[in-house]
Amino acid sequence: MSMQAPNSFKMGPDNEGQFGIFGGRFVAETLMPNILELDEAYKAAKKDPEFLSELAYLNKHYTGRPSPLYFAERLTAHLGGAKVYFKRDELNHTGSHKINNCLGQILLAKRMGKTRLIAETGAGQHGVAAATVAARFGYPCLVYMGAKDVGRQSPNVFRMKLLGAEIEAVTAGAGTLKDAMNEALRDWVTNVKDTYYLIGTAAGPHPYPELVRDFQSVIGKEAREQIQEMEGRLPDMIIASVGGGSNAIGLFHPFLDDDGVQIVGVEAGGLGLEGDQHCASLTAGRPGVLHGNRTYLLQDPEGQIEEGASISAGLDYPGIGPEHSWLKDTGRCEYVPIMDDEALDAFQVLCRTEGIIPALEPSHALAEVIKRAPQMDKDQIIIMNLCGRGDKDVHTVGAALGMEL
Amino acid sequence: MTQRMTDRFAKLAEENRPAFVTYFMGGDPDYDSSLAIMKGLPAAGADIIELGMPFSDPMADGPSIQAAGLRSLKGGHNLPKCFEMVRAFREDDNETPIVVMGYYNPIYQYGPEKFLDDAKEAGIDGMIVVDLPPEMDEELCIPALAKGLNFIRLATPTTDEKRLPKVLSNTSGFVYYVSITGITGAAAPEPDQVAASVAHIKAKTDLPICVGFGVRTAEQASAIGRAADGVVVGSAIVSAIADSLDDGQASATTVSSALDIVSSIAEGVRSARD
Repeated sequence: MSMQAPNSFKMGPDNEGQFGIFGGRFVAETLMPNILELDEAYKAAKKDPEFLSELAYLNKHYTGRPSPLYFAERLTAHLGGAKVYFKRDELNHTGSHKINNCLGQILLAKRMGKTRLIAETGAGQHGVAAATVAARFGYPCLVYMGAKDVGRQSPNVFRMKLLGAEIEAVTAGAGTLKDAMNEALRDWVTNVKDTYYLIGTAAGPHPYPELVRDFQSVIGKEAREQIQEMEGRLPDMIIASVGGGSNAIGLFHPFLDDDGVQIVGVEAGGLGLEGDQHCASLTAGRPGVLHGNRTYLLQDPEGQIEEGASISAGLDYPGIGPEHSWLKDTGRCEYVPIMDDEALDAFQVLCRTEGIIPALEPSHALAEVIKRAPQMDKDQIIIMNLCGRGDKDVHTVGAALGMEL
Repeated sequence: MTQRMTDRFAKLAEENRPAFVTYFMGGDPDYDSSLAIMKGLPAAGADIIELGMPFSDPMADGPSIQAAGLRSLKGGHNLPKCFEMVRAFREDDNETPIVVMGYYNPIYQYGPEKFLDDAKEAGIDGMIVVDLPPEMDEELCIPALAKGLNFIRLATPTTDEKRLPKVLSNTSGFVYYVSITGITGAAAPEPDQVAASVAHIKAKTDLPICVGFGVRTAEQASAIGRAADGVVVGSAIVSAIADSLDDGQASATTVSSALDIVSSIAEGVRSARD
């Protein structure tokens, strides 16, 4: 599918919450008043200097923003091509970019007078960030997590409990992220009046893809300023991993209208795209409707949703934020898959060349950097979003490498 | 409205009784049992049939309908088989209106225009698509109305004064009032509140108002039926089917279990205005 390039790639979504054909509001009628209420509240909030300054204050003093832009000198020398910079969102409080979105949304929830938080989580990074802001603002918080993920992400489950959140292990369906999201939506349909649904990625019904993107765009805005300060110019390429796509859209969005910046999103290719053991919805899926939006999905020929699979639980989602679907179809961004073993290799390279243990999610982006940097000139620049740290993944990596912990 | 729908509500008005709308999941637990249940419904007291179309991720449904959908999918059910069931039913019954109910993605993949053509040809009267609110009318609702099929919308306790006109616009056949905020098969509705809500909606539309979500017994159905033009029962029927299964497969009592509960609730609906 190709369409005429718009004058700006930063104007979306339209009034109906759509990016081209993607996005929209495909939800049960019970939720529509909530979605519309949220839309109104967000429209007012983003124009309110008080809201924006409170968020900026928390970003700085609670999360530790701006996160550094770091020149990876040893990795660059090792790869022998383009200069590699990392946007270090893994240094944020809670260890990933997820906190950027949670702080924005908890302020919205407070503004709207909601008294209870619910969230879904896959790897548990968003669950931890949601539990964190719930504790910070004195909210009860219920986190829906697939039973399978509760088993394989036990350190994050314990962190959420320490923070005072309740965890509901979801056994319906396959017991992973998409089922946790179904269950959170069912909770929301039941408790519409008092409950705020804190979605963790730039997907779901409008206005979530827009507001999550806006809260995450702090990543790209900072990176854009930082690289100009350090290099006096914009990068040649920016790269990020995409599961639901929130860290990627956060880095990409401020650069969308910079023609000279090539943009690459990296999907989890799992064990390979031939079978069903991957999460490459943009590369191997097709447009469909799930969880309130139209977007690329992993599905069978009859429109039944398929489970994703990846070594990285955080990329294990059969859909993708709708703006990425649009950016793919317009040709502005390129999306490529990286396999489990490539991500594992990249993980180890970073540990040893830079002394940074990355999460498995950005290890996928890193594997693409490792492929591309050597093909580029030494005066070219890549920025990669290092969106999470790897403490949570040491057991998974240990098992994959056949090491006893 | 389709002629079948118009005729059915006219007949019910003449008999001064509410419609009994029965939901079950097509293909649960297998095609043959499901078709046998469907064929038995009118004699058991169903006035309108809601035929569920399975989806892997039914976000507005409770555990019993989710499980029914998975059983149906596991048995290989899909839209072509749904149409085949309706054609088989229409061989003996060309009067009972049939409304299909499900989620949008399988329809979107099938192709909305082809779905509407095939549905109409098979003898389907209308559809309820849970995740298509009025904001998304261009997708399926307006094309359905253009082909003379009913697009039945859900109104809920969260549908306020401001939103009701939007919900009622482009709705046809009947209005499905969801009596609780929640998923199918959850808490029981409060009859007085339901009556007030139904009266409120009736002031704004001439369409019949059918009430569902959480109605499980003949007593509840009777209480709801006093105020509403119809009572929808789903989870109770689906649960009866589930309870009759033998290791996930249909047993000798599967069809009769479903039809027995329909007969018993039908008595409640029919006595609502006595």
